[in-house]
Amino acid sequence: MSEPRDYKTEAIVIKKTKLGEADRILTFYTPHLGKIQAVAKGVRQPKSKMSGHLELLTYSMVSFVRGKNLATVTGSQTINGFISLKNDLELTSYALYIIELLNQFTGEGIEDYPLFRMLLDVLDKLSTERNRELVLRYFEVQLLDNLGYRPQLKQCVSCHTQLKPVTNQFCPSAGGINCPSCARNGNFSYPLSINGLKIFRLLQDGNYNTIRRLKMTRELSIELERLIRTYIKYLLEKDIKSLTWLETLKRCA
Amino acid sequence: MHELAKLPGIGPKSAQRLTYHLLRTQKEQVISLAEAIMSLKNSTRLCSVCFNIADSEFCPICRNEKRDKGSICVVEQPQDILALEHSGIYRGLYHVLHGAISPTDGIGINDIRIDELLIRLKDEDISEVILATNPTLEGEQTAMYINKVIMPLGIKVTRLARGLPFGTELEYADDVTLTRALEGRQELK
Repeated sequence: MSEPRDYKTEAIVIKKTKLGEADRILTFYTPHLGKIQAVAKGVRQPKSKMSGHLELLTYSMVSFVRGKNLATVTGSQTINGFISLKNDLELTSYALYIIELLNQFTGEGIEDYPLFRMLLDVLDKLSTERNRELVLRYFEVQLLDNLGYRPQLKQCVSCHTQLKPVTNQFCPSAGGINCPSCARNGNFSYPLSINGLKIFRLLQDGNYNTIRRLKMTRELSIELERLIRTYIKYLLEKDIKSLTWLETLKRCA
Repeated sequence: MHELAKLPGIGPKSAQRLTYHLLRTQKEQVISLAEAIMSLKNSTRLCSVCFNIADSEFCPICRNEKRDKGSICVVEQPQDILALEHSGIYRGLYHVLHGAISPTDGIGINDIRIDELLIRLKDEDISEVILATNPTLEGEQTAMYINKVIMPLGIKVTRLARGLPFGTELEYADDVTLTRALEGRQELK
């Protein structure tokens, strides 16, 4: 039995690349089809009816028609344009980082409804929550969890004893934490303070209402940011491009 | 034929048609085309002030004494200048960024000519900067960033109005465009 020629789905635009004179190749994240790519014809011309509904970070109802190679977008209607994100330089940049992360970590055509909900949720939170860094950390940790890269934070990954409340060592290649005595014999690892570990565990347990009430010092926030990004970089084996931009923004703030 | 087919928008069939057309055309015309193509690379450069395409150190717009030297219109590409000039309504100077900030493609502030713009703002007597980057996410981001770095200089910064394009229908407009069109509504005079 063949699949229908045309179909319709909710989708969030997570990447766009120029194609030819006026077209684009778009990457969408959808609730039931996972990540998909499609060609949107003529969207770079001002007369295009769809262009505004197919900008990055737009949540739309999109119709496609199957093609020989890539599908073609035939229509699009915005559900949520995340205007408050797009009107703020910092928020736009954070959101771009999130979609790049998602794009890097996911393969095409793999359905993952929880991940779709998570993406919508984090974009919502970014525009409403005050501690934006914390929202990012929460998303990063939850994303890793969802993808099966949940780091071991309860016991030492080498000797399997319960971690003691001391400065332990986080080791990306072992996917978790080494206690101080195991950490001595080799592997690249990074120190993780007692408070850092506590917050990391809270982020992992995933109760956002508890997390949002946390008061983090600047040092702690930076410690977790570095640690989680190092782990992400180790997993992806490449840099996330939008990070350079986030750094630039921080410097001029 | 193969050379023509390398051009954007020209497929094998169009290349064939162009080639046969050239074969039939008079020799002088073909030579003048060839010379024009040669001079494209040999005698064009970027204007040392605004980075528009120029045939000498300064582009025709920067050389023109009649232009208003007090305002700079910031665009992404030299083609944008052509479009704006075609409308004939703007009389000031330009500044071409040659791109827009695009974090996910790894294009940051050092890949486009923002520093050069800031130097101009310090050296020249500018009263207004018009941000005419594209109304895409990248263009908006670039505009917001430039606004942020110009703000301390105390120069007036404006952004091209974003709203409904001429000749389209309201029912197809997206939320972002409609919001901005409403925000920027004007009293009829």
